[in-house]
Amino acid sequence: MNQIVEKVLFSEKVAKFVVDAPRIARSRKPGHFVILRVDEKGERIPLTIADADSVKGTITLVVQKMGVSSAKLFELNAGDQILDLVGPLGKATHIHKPGTILACGGGVGVAPMLPIVEAFKKAGNRVISIIAARNKDLIILEDDIRKWSDEVIVMTDDGSYGTKGLVTAGAEMVIQRETVNECIAIGPAVMMKFTSLLTKKYNIPTQASLNAIMVDGTGMCGACRVSVGGRTMFTCIDGPEFDAHQIDFDELIMRLGGYSDEEKMASERYV
Amino acid sequence: MSTNKEYLQIEREKEWRAQLRKKIANKDRTAKTRTQMPELDPFVRIRYQDREVNTGLSAQQAVAEASRCLDCVNPTCIEGCPVSINIPKFIKYIEQGEFLEAAKTLKETSALPAVCGRVCPQEKQCEATCFYTQKLKKDPVAIGHLERFAADYERESGSMSVPEVAAPNGIKVAAIGSGPASLSFAGDMIKLGYDVTVFEALHEIGGVLKYGIPEFRLPNKIVDVELDNLEQMGVKFVRNFIVGKTASFDDLKEEGFQAFFVASGAGLPRFMNIPGENYNGILSSNEYLTRVNLMNAASDEFDTPIIKGKSVAVIGGGNTAMDSVRTAKRLGAERAMIVYRRSRHEMPARVEEVHHAEEEGIEFLNLTNPVEYFADQKGKVNRMRVQRMELGEPDASGRRSPVVIEGSEYDIPVDLVVVAVGVSPNPLIPSEVKDLKVTRWGTIVVNEETMQCSIPELFAGGDIVRGGATVILAMGDGRKAAANMDEYLKSK
Repeated sequence: MNQIVEKVLFSEKVAKFVVDAPRIARSRKPGHFVILRVDEKGERIPLTIADADSVKGTITLVVQKMGVSSAKLFELNAGDQILDLVGPLGKATHIHKPGTILACGGGVGVAPMLPIVEAFKKAGNRVISIIAARNKDLIILEDDIRKWSDEVIVMTDDGSYGTKGLVTAGAEMVIQRETVNECIAIGPAVMMKFTSLLTKKYNIPTQASLNAIMVDGTGMCGACRVSVGGRTMFTCIDGPEFDAHQIDFDELIMRLGGYSDEEKMASERYV
Repeated sequence: MSTNKEYLQIEREKEWRAQLRKKIANKDRTAKTRTQMPELDPFVRIRYQDREVNTGLSAQQAVAEASRCLDCVNPTCIEGCPVSINIPKFIKYIEQGEFLEAAKTLKETSALPAVCGRVCPQEKQCEATCFYTQKLKKDPVAIGHLERFAADYERESGSMSVPEVAAPNGIKVAAIGSGPASLSFAGDMIKLGYDVTVFEALHEIGGVLKYGIPEFRLPNKIVDVELDNLEQMGVKFVRNFIVGKTASFDDLKEEGFQAFFVASGAGLPRFMNIPGENYNGILSSNEYLTRVNLMNAASDEFDTPIIKGKSVAVIGGGNTAMDSVRTAKRLGAERAMIVYRRSRHEMPARVEEVHHAEEEGIEFLNLTNPVEYFADQKGKVNRMRVQRMELGEPDASGRRSPVVIEGSEYDIPVDLVVVAVGVSPNPLIPSEVKDLKVTRWGTIVVNEETMQCSIPELFAGGDIVRGGATVILAMGDGRKAAANMDEYLKSK
């Protein structure tokens, strides 16, 4: 169960894992995520499903080395097992045909964006994707995104690849150039916040896929709660996607730092 | 299996029981005082998250307590037990010194005796209907403590009996969720010969017994022994599997499952929706207890973090609130408070737990309600504003509802707040099954006699039907659902 079939390093800190999980591969839809626990002492961490092959019975996860759990996962190789893996979790993305979709992905957020881009393209939309990262090494899945996009714009903070600048610069360029019917933003909370502020200015409906802290992922604890339109919602069962213009991003960013001291201590112990 | 009067009568008239009754005169039995449960000293126990507070009766104490039981002609105690344990029979076996037989008797009707002996609110159930309570106005026979003694004795003896099961009938049934309702259902169905699979969303079996109730009240290893017993009887457990998500009901029907028992619980925590409630350091009791109990967050060796507060407020007055506040104390809180809007008298928590909490130095702020939270620059809670309440006129249900005392607000410094104001039914199953009838509170509608849902091959029980209730009521539902599902499948 949960055997790693393939591991591909995208960079020193980002890797793709193809994992044997036939049930999840069959049931998952774009937007769904899984929760996994690497070993007996591990914590439960959420990861969005980047791809799945229902015939081979595998799902693909993309992981960035950030703290103890992702570092532990990073140490695993093809042939190793992930102790616990449950899913698919969350609500699937609402796939429809509004016309032109602008998909903005930041960093490893490009991985969960991939199946959504694919689904919107297959639904007959014109899809423009912006993939952004701090530098060239952190740009991932460019070819896969290209496969399902009418146009791809690559942005890097330092200009080491594509166009220099933030994701919002690329997005604004597209918005001023042509009609965008709907926008999707997936990436770091700050990136989603500014993308949302931009599209609000232009009145473009926008969905953001949130990356709140989770424990069980089944609605049992409320660790992932977020304010949407003034109401408290649970990201794991009500989301992870919400109307970005209704999300209290400042609260989300504050809550993401809720365990920063404990995380730092755990990382020091781990090293 | 039957619990009808005739059967009880036949058992009672057996020679050994008659002999035992003659040994001590009833007036001598009733003259004895109830044996006190030995406990760890409060000053010692608050230093350990995982040391059980009640240490259990010795064999001698158990026999002494068992001899108080009058072996009534009409054992009203059984009526108070939701799973109808043959109480006089197991207690008389204890008096006789046949402790393993006592344990076997428990397992005739209960899948989890070591658990129930520890966590049941006996004062509201079997012990409330004991002859001593009802007619003599004396302390009831310590049925819960004796149940625990028999189960513990059997476990420690190393010779666990596995209840007899009928020959397999090849019919596959599933239980959804692995909490007490499901385990009780599974225990009964496997005895009837069914092929039983229990599906659990989390990585551990046991539901609230594992993630909710702390080690100092119910050690996980004790739950594991009872799970092991079910496994030996043939129950299959599947972890990390969410019915409705990992696979649909239709998928499982195709795989041969003919009926389902939905016992997914009331796991959705309620918040109060007051300003500042989403600040860091404010969490649901479910999150707090799950981190500590399921994820071992209190230990540095485990990866899941926990916030260790110095000044901790727990909002609520139920068992979950008591578990949370006592956990906080054990994790080093200098000040651990219960903040509850009604008076001490209305607290739904078990009397014993409130008493233990008090011994451990928990402060009780009764008739007090939070109205707002405040945080430092990083968004971490540092202060809460509360208001004083008084009890008003009784409402329709007869409970006196709390009324705000205007102008009574004051602030309390806190660095951790645990919200334990109740739970709602988990919406996962109701949202995945079209046409399943649910109430406006999200609980599943069942025929109360049979526990059958609006979809005939679905039965349901426990908190998904009742809202937040008790372990033993959930177990009672599991038994009832098993008996009726058996009828349903036989008549199909």
